[in-house]
Amino acid sequence: MTDAASGDASVNNAAASGDLRSAAAARGPLTMEAVGLSKDFRLGRGAVLHAVTDVSFGLYKGAVVALVGESGSGKSTVARLLAGQERPTAGAITLDGKQVAIGTRRAFRHYKSEVQLVFQDPFASLNPVHNVGYHLARPVRLHQGPHVNVNNTVTALLEQVRLTPAAQFLPKYPHELSGGQRQRVSFARALAAQPTVLLADEPVSMLDVSIRLEMLNLLDDLRKRLALALLYITHDIASARYFADEVLVMYAGQIVERGPAEDITQQPAHPYTQLLIASAPDPDNLGSVLKSGNSAARAGAAATGPATAGCPFSTRCPLADDKCRRENPALHQLTATRAAACWRLSVAAPALAGGAPNL
Amino acid sequence: MTPVLDIRDLSVVYRGEGGDVRAVQNVNLSLNPGEVVGLAGESGSGKSTLAYGACRLLRPPALITSGSVRYAGRRGGASGAVDILAMDHDQLHKIRWRDISIVFQSAMNALNPVLRVQDQLLDVIHAHLKLPRGEAREKAASLLDLVGIPRQRLRSYPHELSGGMRQRVMIAMALAADPEIVIMDEPTTALDVVVQRDILAQIVELKQTLGFAILFITHDLSLLLELADRIAIMYAGQLLEVGTAEEIKREPAHPYTKGLLNSFPSLRGARRDLAGIPGSPPDLRDPAPGCPFIPRCGYAVPECKEVDMSLARVRGTTGPQHVTACPIVSLSSPESSQEGVLS
Repeated sequence: MTDAASGDASVNNAAASGDLRSAAAARGPLTMEAVGLSKDFRLGRGAVLHAVTDVSFGLYKGAVVALVGESGSGKSTVARLLAGQERPTAGAITLDGKQVAIGTRRAFRHYKSEVQLVFQDPFASLNPVHNVGYHLARPVRLHQGPHVNVNNTVTALLEQVRLTPAAQFLPKYPHELSGGQRQRVSFARALAAQPTVLLADEPVSMLDVSIRLEMLNLLDDLRKRLALALLYITHDIASARYFADEVLVMYAGQIVERGPAEDITQQPAHPYTQLLIASAPDPDNLGSVLKSGNSAARAGAAATGPATAGCPFSTRCPLADDKCRRENPALHQLTATRAAACWRLSVAAPALAGGAPNL
Repeated sequence: MTPVLDIRDLSVVYRGEGGDVRAVQNVNLSLNPGEVVGLAGESGSGKSTLAYGACRLLRPPALITSGSVRYAGRRGGASGAVDILAMDHDQLHKIRWRDISIVFQSAMNALNPVLRVQDQLLDVIHAHLKLPRGEAREKAASLLDLVGIPRQRLRSYPHELSGGMRQRVMIAMALAADPEIVIMDEPTTALDVVVQRDILAQIVELKQTLGFAILFITHDLSLLLELADRIAIMYAGQLLEVGTAEEIKREPAHPYTKGLLNSFPSLRGARRDLAGIPGSPPDLRDPAPGCPFIPRCGYAVPECKEVDMSLARVRGTTGPQHVTACPIVSLSSPESSQEGVLS
């Protein structure tokens, strides 16, 4: 955001009217929307875990939205809520403008044909006693009705995920496939339902680095060809930079920063996003502090969990003050497409927070 | 400098009905005192088999078919160096953990879920150090201090610890007998980037105070570039290139190394075109002659089938230790065109 300083006045007016535009909206129309989504899990003895708190965002046709955060930040719970596998404690999900209501099995099946989930672990998400053909034929029969030619459709699916020649892969069992091939089968299985929304929960993090890129290319290609609205969940913010249109950074169940992928990764505003980016391996940094064994490299140590009161990041944040420990900040709009939830933005990102009031 | 561990011509096969799987083929690799050597390669490239083979930790059907592993540490004996592959059971028992220890990949599986952290640490201490009970307890507590875990965690079970803490317990355990060499097999792969960085920084700090050498195994080359002094690139059971982190980053000589460097998205600087490495690794049961990377290589020529895969000094490099198995591609070769560019 090089023009942030000049546009501040108008930006803050936009903030007042709550007029944040998603960076993914430029790609296509809104397909799915989460509004004020929250999910609490009861832990027994009256204890409650707030897994997801007041999360709102949209998925757009042909666009990739990345949800980035550490383990336990609630990313997967968001995916499960959107997939209809968990019921939200509060908030609503809309699909093509209609509010999603999954009351019956029939309604759930219909919903699943629109919204599909790809899991992280291709070793666990395929059934070891069934072959590839079975894994794909079943969803084709279930979701595409009795009138389709199952064999042709399955072959086409395998070709779509570049498992060719398809005939060679149909009789194979999961243990006969490599990790990358298994994940391709998972993609094909999700596509068998002809969904409009694909939720990919860490689809490449179990794969080797050399194969990850190929898989992301494949996902990107499928998104373009099938005009999928894609949610890409990851803890690898570098891949989000290359792959996503909009990045949502999640911490302790809340979105703490959102905006265009390139802006967020190049000029992070929230201290947590800054920590995430500083922690990512930096192959260009050959004289790394890591090599010198300097303990300053450990400044971001995650010795403590999220705070229970105030800003959840305040226990780890180098900038936290009394207000941070008392009150939880809401998302504050920075530009037309960016927002961050932090009281100390004027210190954390002075170039962006320019005219922000009361910070 | 005399290397503390010198692996020469090591080959390991897995015996099977369908023929031998040649998991490690004629590998030469040395580790100097206090050095961090990174071993990078994808799953199935033989990096763990190489490391475990060097410590004689493999059991049938794995079989070491050739080579020597010379350990020349402070407890190496009068002759200065001993061959681990020629040791008998008692000698092995003495060297393991006291001189060479391992941090295993999955802390979740490597820790016993029904024993408290303290009992698992005491197990190691009793097995390898002859300490009175009181001192052993104090040692266990001080090991936790070393890795920055509060002492009251001695009473915890593994499931009560976070992933990062469990990995730290594994590291504490590996350091129990003050070893000279620590083999780390993907110690941070399952962890978040923030925790990962924290643990890596801690490992380097400990290395500097205690002075052990590290053989660091990972599939993430971007991590090694920051962490390792030297890096060995492994593919299909063979080393394709060895050089300092600087050499690997600035002037990668082997096409596979070039491919790996082009595989990870970077956060800093301008967006580059990323290519990845199309295709999958070869079947090690029936290896084709010559270079194993031919089917995925953008530079392949017919002569590649006659390459003998010995490591030779990279042409045009200034580094004396920068070696590659590829005699075809030189540093000045133009970039090959690759498919599937993500920009």
